[in-house]
Amino acid sequence: MPIKVRIPAVIARGKVGSDNVEMAVADLKGLLDNLETLYPGVKKSICDESGKLSRFVNVFVNDEDIRFLGGEAYRFQDGDEVLLIPSIAGG
Amino acid sequence: MSYVKGLRCRECGKTYAVAPRVVCDCLAPLEVVYDVEGWKRTMTREKIASRPPNMWRYHEFLPLEGEPTCSKSVGFTPLVEAPRLGEILGCRKLWLKNDSVNCPTLSFKDRVVAVAINKAIEFGFKTVACASTGNLANAVAAHAAAAGLEAYVFIPDDLEEAKVLGSAIFGAKLVKIRGNYDAVNRLCSQIANDYGWGFVNVNLRAFYGEGSKSLAYEVAEQLGWRTPQAIVIPMAGGSLITRVGKAFGEMAEIGLIERKPFKLLGAQATGCSPITVAVKRGNPEFEPQKPSTIARSLAIGSPADGYYAARSIMNSGGAGEDVTDDEIVGGMKLLAETEGIFGETAAGVTVAVAQKFFKQGKIRPDEETVLCITGNGYKTLDAVQGKLDLGITIRPRLEEFEAAVPRAGQQVPVTN
Repeated sequence: MPIKVRIPAVIARGKVGSDNVEMAVADLKGLLDNLETLYPGVKKSICDESGKLSRFVNVFVNDEDIRFLGGEAYRFQDGDEVLLIPSIAGG
Repeated sequence: MSYVKGLRCRECGKTYAVAPRVVCDCLAPLEVVYDVEGWKRTMTREKIASRPPNMWRYHEFLPLEGEPTCSKSVGFTPLVEAPRLGEILGCRKLWLKNDSVNCPTLSFKDRVVAVAINKAIEFGFKTVACASTGNLANAVAAHAAAAGLEAYVFIPDDLEEAKVLGSAIFGAKLVKIRGNYDAVNRLCSQIANDYGWGFVNVNLRAFYGEGSKSLAYEVAEQLGWRTPQAIVIPMAGGSLITRVGKAFGEMAEIGLIERKPFKLLGAQATGCSPITVAVKRGNPEFEPQKPSTIARSLAIGSPADGYYAARSIMNSGGAGEDVTDDEIVGGMKLLAETEGIFGETAAGVTVAVAQKFFKQGKIRPDEETVLCITGNGYKTLDAVQGKLDLGITIRPRLEEFEAAVPRAGQQVPVTN
């Protein structure tokens, strides 16, 4: 099931702004594995040793924080728009 | 001369040269690294005390390359004794750090924006922007106007009217987002790199946050060069409480004050309490929340510095607590009626939470305590709408007044 993923510039190295990629993955773990294939080395920098996503990266699915949807247990739906962004300061 | 050595990732330690930058390659936040040995050689109490009463008396501790060129009259707000409030809370030595009268926009955000705007100018930005719950928007709008910069402020579309008008008056361009602050934040982080703007809390974040330290330097100096035993601080993104701890630590490290234990105590609204919940659970990893509280300046459900805030509190032996909307209004009234200070909803949070800490014994009556009043109640009037005694309305006739307000037994002697 294809989903659309927007990746921050800091991951999509060398490109300006966020990068949009389509991928067919089942869940967050699949997404991270797929990202590693696209951008080798990325998991090392944004995941901890157990492969869990860093606390500084927020994942949104159709504008909802994935943590409200079940986090790692959430199964992506066809056409989901997924956003990976670093958390930024308050105001 | 600058004491800034560069930027460093707070997690992986990777270093970067001074430049606008959102996060490290590992997406963790960056912090400013200073020449601490240089501070030790040059910074003295006398040198600082000889300077004008504003936050720039500590400019060596702030991340500018040169002298500030704008936003010069910010900070050094009053630290006032609060004996009447202290008696009610059960604290023998209570102080209020009153940033509700900070210049020019009546909140502690003037401090962080003063640094961010000067940094934006150093970097050559012509436009500054921010994601804000209101107070930051006011400050960015005002400071940018005075510096001759264009400003874009991004805010939730349901903000208090005073905070919306209080940004628009300065000619800032308002972008109102249908959603809460976390949604505003999400959009801003997507556009921050693409527009060539200085986003004070995105690509200038590492510098901006340092402005908060000035509040702590002032508290320590105003107490006679020492730290209080306890300090109660409202938390939204969690940056202020983290920087207060850092600033006290820096002062002790270079010998400006004696190193003594101080408790950092964090205050949130129950309707948005990811950090206090984490502290109570004893694990700084917080769970995000969907905010629902009248304390909209604190309504950040996914606080970027939440982890560091919780960790700072726990490492200091402090505590976190939260209060309901009714308790928040009660705190605002208590502060106003006992000390004559009209703080905003966040101040109500701080006062009501402090009351709980004293009741719970988390702060003892003999511990000297500072409450940080970070914003002004005239900006959040709707929070008290319908909750105050607005008195009587009568015709201008003596008998109507006398009927409505009976004379008390005591008479003040009058001589004609």
